[in-house]
Amino acid sequence: MSTLTLAKALNSGLRAAMEADPKVLLMGEDIGKLGGVFRITEGLQKDFGEDRVIDTPLAEAGIVATAIGMALRGYKPVVEIQFDGFVYPAFDHIVSQVAKLHARSLGNVTLPMVIRIPVGGGIGAVEHHSESNEAYFAHTAGLRVVACSNPDDAHWMIQQAIAHPDPILFYEPKRRYWDKGEVGAAPSRDLFSANVIRPGTDVTVLAYGPMVRSCLQAAQAAEEEGQSLEVIDLRSLTPLDTDAIFASVRKTGRCVVVHEAATFLGMGAELAAQIQQECFYSLEAPVLRVGGYNVPYPPSRIEEEFLPDLDRVLDAVDRVLAH
Amino acid sequence: MPEQARTPRIEPRDGGPDMVQLVTPEGERVSDERFDPIVDGLTQEDIQGFYRDMVLVRRIDNEATALQRQGELGLWAPCLGQEAAQVGSGRALRPQDFAFPTYREHGVAWCRGVDPLNLLGMFRGVHNGGWNPFEKNFNLYTIIIGAQTLHATGYAMGVQRDHAVGTGEPDRDTAVIAYFGDGASAQGDVGEAFVFAGVNNAPVVFFCQNNQWAISEPNERQMRVPIYQRAKGYGFPGTRVDGNDVLATYAVTKAALDDARDGQGPALIEAFTYRMGAHTTSDDPTKYRVSAEVEVWKLRDPIARLRTLLARSYGVGQVFFDACDAEADTVGADLRERCLALPDPSPLSMFDHVYVDDHPVMTAERERLEDYLGSFEGAHAS
Repeated sequence: MSTLTLAKALNSGLRAAMEADPKVLLMGEDIGKLGGVFRITEGLQKDFGEDRVIDTPLAEAGIVATAIGMALRGYKPVVEIQFDGFVYPAFDHIVSQVAKLHARSLGNVTLPMVIRIPVGGGIGAVEHHSESNEAYFAHTAGLRVVACSNPDDAHWMIQQAIAHPDPILFYEPKRRYWDKGEVGAAPSRDLFSANVIRPGTDVTVLAYGPMVRSCLQAAQAAEEEGQSLEVIDLRSLTPLDTDAIFASVRKTGRCVVVHEAATFLGMGAELAAQIQQECFYSLEAPVLRVGGYNVPYPPSRIEEEFLPDLDRVLDAVDRVLAH
Repeated sequence: MPEQARTPRIEPRDGGPDMVQLVTPEGERVSDERFDPIVDGLTQEDIQGFYRDMVLVRRIDNEATALQRQGELGLWAPCLGQEAAQVGSGRALRPQDFAFPTYREHGVAWCRGVDPLNLLGMFRGVHNGGWNPFEKNFNLYTIIIGAQTLHATGYAMGVQRDHAVGTGEPDRDTAVIAYFGDGASAQGDVGEAFVFAGVNNAPVVFFCQNNQWAISEPNERQMRVPIYQRAKGYGFPGTRVDGNDVLATYAVTKAALDDARDGQGPALIEAFTYRMGAHTTSDDPTKYRVSAEVEVWKLRDPIARLRTLLARSYGVGQVFFDACDAEADTVGADLRERCLALPDPSPLSMFDHVYVDDHPVMTAERERLEDYLGSFEGAHAS
């Protein structure tokens, strides 16, 4: 067991994956000598060479689509998208090609690739550097979408994602890259399992990625008010670990879903729909969503008002408890 | 600042002086210092084989068009008129090479040994491209315009990492060919593919069939500079070849593929040809192009010119040509019969192969549909 930042945990996870399988290679902008703008791939090109850690031209469609070709040749590309808002040029290849080739080929083609995306705001960035676009991809059949929230998951989930035969969008909470935490000697659970990260009895709080820490802080504060929140880190957005989610909501009878992405047609909408369908007779209150407002990501000077925080989570908790 | 010349807007009606042509539309062999040695490497049997390929491909294509007209296919994208471009390039490939087609490369599919029934199945709607690309090294058809040029480039980058380039071992060194059309040349993906291939020196040949029409839009709506000239800006050679001349197309493609296998990097080939039919069976070309233009291109027909060459210069007699026609009849009839016998897939098969590994949504929705369909069983009896 060792203590690492989330960024270093990803780096060590990538290194382990590359050591385990010579077909694994990394592709992205500035990931070689520079180690990526967040230094996630620092030192890897030096150790694994330019053929396996590839500095690509600055063209996201080209990166993802050449990764498809590499996968067709038997490689396992791990693509780094530099910032969330830069993935859209590659959107066509992700939803039209990556997601569909296995089915189109009646199972003959597999694309075991991982697309890493640093996600979310809260770092005072300029436009297009703070977006949460996971719902676009979770909506697309053929893709799996996972999100890590802490160093242990970062280290192990990236290895599990790379080893998995399906294409996976891997979201990294960019404002938590510098959070430190223990990294265990073995993965704590299956890649697609949720984690009841803090047990409680009064309200289920569902979160993933950067919002998990905010929700844990909210739970801490709520405890001082005598409220017991059960915080679940979803970890996987598709598939959803519905067994864990429904079991918790049936126990607490109340649920708040928290994400940075806008609430309209976001993950919270899907979760609320499924929970009301499957836990209808256990619910004491409507499922509430806490998320970004349905506006373009605002200028960073006012992003704190856009992003859910401890107080907005507690406000929603109070409202579900008022029923 | 010195004034730079603007390229005049192109008016492409013939291939111009840069176009490589080895057989004229009248069937006369033209000598070419660079490419003659490649043609000299062909036997008469090879050339007769090209003729047979083109006749059979045209018949398969026409049969599919007829099947669409009779309601048996949802759509068909005819390759009528482009047989030489496809057979010439397809026959230049070696077994270990990999082809990335658009959705119109029926002639290349034929050369790779892909059963045309697979192509018809896709247009009939029984699958979305259901063959195994690795069986004949022929990728699935790609409908999104230009996307496959990047997949081909990535595949070629993989070939480099497998050290299957420039070893001198003829069965090991591998090239990749990416097909696209004049319309696709406007797509950003194609430009990105040229960049990625160029900077990686990847063993990929970009093969553009300029059939003059992107549905209803002519070349002058797609480009200011002829496509083959674009290669220069990306750092590799570009060649325009007469795409209705199967010998020239074969020779130019073989040279480019040999260079790619040898480790010399990518190349762009523009096969100057013509879409004699509609873009697809849903299209009506009489709305946007004049019949006089079609008549001009009829005189450049790829099959007729090779037939003349074979008869005049190789002494090939009527027996051979008749045998090709007879074989085409058999292939066409057989294809029709097998197409009509294609079973519809089971509704539940839509859940197959969405994911490699189990996914709970697939399991749940499959069960739901199965139960729903099951609820109608016996309903008619009551």
